[in-house]
Amino acid sequence: MIVAEHLEQTFLSGGRPLTVLHDLNLTVEPRGFVAVMGPSGSGKTTLLGLLAGLDRPTRGTVRLDGRELGALSEDERAAFRAANVGFVFQTFQLLPTLTALENVLVPLELRPGGRRPGDVERARGLLERVGLADRLDHYPSQLSGGEQQRVGLARAFANKPKILFADEPTGSLDAETGAGVIDRLVELNREEQTTMVLVTHDPELAARAQRVVALHAGTIVSDRRPDA
Amino acid sequence: MLRMVRRDARHGFRRFGLHMGAIAIGVAALVAINAFRADVADSIRAQARDLLGADLEISSRAPLPDSLTALLDSAARGGVDIAYVTDFASMALAAPSGHTRLVQVRALEGGFPFYGSITTDPPGLWRGFRTGPQALVDPGALIQLAAHVGDTLHLGDTAFTIAGVVRNYPGDVGLRAALGPRVFIPARYLAATHLLERGSRVGYAAYLRFSTPAALDQFIASHHDEIRSRAVRYTTADARERDLTRGLDYLGRYLGLVGLAALLLGGVGVASAVRLFVEERIESAAVLRCLGARQGTVFAIYVAQAALLGLAGSTAGAALGVGVQLLLPRVLRGVLPLDVSVRVHPGVIVTGIAVGVAVAVIFALLPLLRIRNVPPLRAIRRDLAETRDRWRVVVYAALAAGLLLLARWQAPNLRSALGFAVAIGGTGLVLWLAALALIRVTRRAVPRSARYEVRQGIANLFRPRNQTVAVTLALGFGIFLVATLYVVQTNLVRRLSMDTGADRPNLVAFDVQTDELVGVKQLLVTHALPLLDVVPIVPARIAAIDGVPVDSVLAARGPRHRGRWAFTREYRNTYRDTLVNSEQVVAGHWWSNAPADTTGPAQVSLEEGVAEDLGLTLGSRVTWNVQGVRVPTVVTSLRTVNWARFEPNFFAVFQPRALAGAPQTFVVLTRAPNEDVGAAFQTDLVRRYPNVSALDLGLVERTLDAVLDKVTLAIRFMALFSIASGILILIGAVAASRRQRMMETVLLKTLGASTRQVRLVLRTEYAALGLLAAVVGIGLATLGAWAAMHFLFTLSFAPPVLGLVLFAAAAAALTTAVGMLAGRETLRRPPLEALRRLSE
Repeated sequence: MIVAEHLEQTFLSGGRPLTVLHDLNLTVEPRGFVAVMGPSGSGKTTLLGLLAGLDRPTRGTVRLDGRELGALSEDERAAFRAANVGFVFQTFQLLPTLTALENVLVPLELRPGGRRPGDVERARGLLERVGLADRLDHYPSQLSGGEQQRVGLARAFANKPKILFADEPTGSLDAETGAGVIDRLVELNREEQTTMVLVTHDPELAARAQRVVALHAGTIVSDRRPDA
Repeated sequence: MLRMVRRDARHGFRRFGLHMGAIAIGVAALVAINAFRADVADSIRAQARDLLGADLEISSRAPLPDSLTALLDSAARGGVDIAYVTDFASMALAAPSGHTRLVQVRALEGGFPFYGSITTDPPGLWRGFRTGPQALVDPGALIQLAAHVGDTLHLGDTAFTIAGVVRNYPGDVGLRAALGPRVFIPARYLAATHLLERGSRVGYAAYLRFSTPAALDQFIASHHDEIRSRAVRYTTADARERDLTRGLDYLGRYLGLVGLAALLLGGVGVASAVRLFVEERIESAAVLRCLGARQGTVFAIYVAQAALLGLAGSTAGAALGVGVQLLLPRVLRGVLPLDVSVRVHPGVIVTGIAVGVAVAVIFALLPLLRIRNVPPLRAIRRDLAETRDRWRVVVYAALAAGLLLLARWQAPNLRSALGFAVAIGGTGLVLWLAALALIRVTRRAVPRSARYEVRQGIANLFRPRNQTVAVTLALGFGIFLVATLYVVQTNLVRRLSMDTGADRPNLVAFDVQTDELVGVKQLLVTHALPLLDVVPIVPARIAAIDGVPVDSVLAARGPRHRGRWAFTREYRNTYRDTLVNSEQVVAGHWWSNAPADTTGPAQVSLEEGVAEDLGLTLGSRVTWNVQGVRVPTVVTSLRTVNWARFEPNFFAVFQPRALAGAPQTFVVLTRAPNEDVGAAFQTDLVRRYPNVSALDLGLVERTLDAVLDKVTLAIRFMALFSIASGILILIGAVAASRRQRMMETVLLKTLGASTRQVRLVLRTEYAALGLLAAVVGIGLATLGAWAAMHFLFTLSFAPPVLGLVLFAAAAAALTTAVGMLAGRETLRRPPLEALRRLSE
């Protein structure tokens, strides 16, 4: 489902080139659930961004569902994401001017042709599944952190993505709320049969994945099953 | 504390530099106009004698009385230089072009002007052209008559050779040239034209040059009564200087008020920026307080920052203002009666900067009060409720007092200062309320079925920490100013076009003598033109009121009496039995409704305003001097008159039996189907009756449009500052929400939005913002213009709908362009890079 080969990413930092990823190779099977761990600055977020086609690698290739992302223009990658990819962010990233329901609808409306019949029902259904049936018309500022992230989950699954990327989804939440969010995430992932890549600091969260990949200074230092 | 200010400023206000740019624009406007005012005053002082061309001007609407002529002759023998200028309107016919045009003739005798010089083309003609039957003309005359230097110009019964063109003439006001180009001829050929014998309006003036100022003073002191009587008046170079200075200073001060408005808009921008800033800094202010800073210190740090930035903005603005000051003489060249030389005025610059800083601080105070009041506890508890500051009232009062002081400083008098303060406050409040209401309505009005990009764009107007209201207010105000001028002008001009429509006269012949009337009517028939109306005109002055001679009435009222003009002027009256469309009886009865009377004083109907100035009511008795014959009348009705209607209107209308036998001239109204027929008729008319003048209303309409264009040019120029201010505030608002916008863009792209979709969202947002401002500004402008037309001009009103729609579209387009340009960097970057920058 995800095949990354010889990935290398170099940025200019303070005028000097800084290599964040070194010759990185990673394959994720369909319906796989991989957790990426590592200390700050190890290149987790960069890897996630490259896998999702948010940027082009300096070197190497990424294939998602058989498509070579490097060959696509920025807008083509965007269209590909709209059709195949879902995201969950650490800081929720809800649009403050839209209600919960409208936020969940955004990925559906961004697809070519815009909103289709049944979309509103799907969005409403997702919000019900994350326990927000009575919060549809609330704005993000009227929701608690946990509720906002649950809206984020509903939005991530709205376009029935084949692949889901989650970047520290519990990083801004307290432990209890975070656990609740993770339960919902894992549950939705199973029901929707999505391939998932999760970036986290949290060993407990990582333990729920099928594979844990540890990054250090831009290279993979371990790749194992959590129970192993 | 200074160090703290500097340290904090590093990350603080600097981002709001653009908002301070709005302050800079306002200061630039103020400095430019006030420095220019000083320039004008200097130039008038330097050119005072040149402007009059002499030390003393004595003028009259009638030939100078014999006693005065004798006095002037003896003065001339005593070594005083004297020149005479006679001016009147007449038709001019050019050959070989055959074109005719109403011109202002100036017949010259003597060495006028004694001061200053007149440039001619070819050069050096002014002193020499009077050797023969030659004429000098305004450049406009050549164009309008399709003539060239060397051609022949017929004035009355005399043919003049056009010797050259006059490039400048003392006291030359560009507006006046629009009323009809000037033709200068030697006075000794005046009699041969036979133009003065036929009762047209003629001005007579004598210009005197004295050897010393004392001689001038002595002349005025000993002959005051002879040179200031009922029919004669005089002006000295000093008096002309005072009048001009005062008049232009008023104009400058009013223009300055428009600049002040731009500065206050800048203030609104500052308030809006500081509010955002405070929201960001409230935590760090709380931390400072936790660390032991006193309430006053923290507040003072931020006030000092506002003042510093205000100073920076104002200084930049003052520099810009000096640049604009250099431009103003060019912009206003057509309107000013003199050449203005420019110099730097340090006082004006310093005052401008001080005012800019004051506005920046006053407007920053209100939002900064939140910081003053921040409890230290806020550093750990975000949801802590804030208390209202009791200083709030004081700041509001300071705001109001500041506004009043600024207005008083710039306005020519207390009345207009109060008027301005109330108007700007009211306009601001109405704009603000309208913007608020409209923004609410807009949000509700977007249908859920609209495409996502549009809905998101509209929703963006409500993003947290948005400045939608401030931007709408600022842009809306600029649009309001420009749109008001536009709507008023189009209404005034449209009014005239309407009056020249369909069955209305568009060609007027006046000064038709009794013995010429039959011939002129015949000429109309020859040219197949309809005779729409013939109106008799009988010139007369008021001799006595209720039996008291008018001189005694005036003496009793004192020399400074407001209605003086009404007693001394020469009235051009008419007589008829019916009312015309442009007038309405508001008191008394029109004589056609009264029983026929043939004895006693004849009835007269007066225009309401003139009756008030004369202190007359129904039943008052007025004795008229009709060219030496005394005609007693009684006022039996008062009328309102719509002077704006282009038709012969009168202060006094007489019962026919009173004037039918008096010496009179006629106005003949007709309608030419096209310009060629009209021109052919006018040419024939001038050939046969050179004393008859003709006026083409199409020409008058174009002239009025040109005059209004010139008059409003200066105001429109100043209004540009408001628009510039609004644009800067818009750019500032876009810059201040940069992070937020970048987040949104990145998020949408991550979720799969194409660049085109993101652009569409942003375009919708900016276009909506521009449209909101346009709707608010134009709506208020339409209201203002309606009020102006209704109350000031008492004319009907029709908004130029198509023009306004285009105006709104332009405003939306401009806002979109500016917004997209200001926010373009957020669009270009790939989402990951942007995400990374945000987290830095």
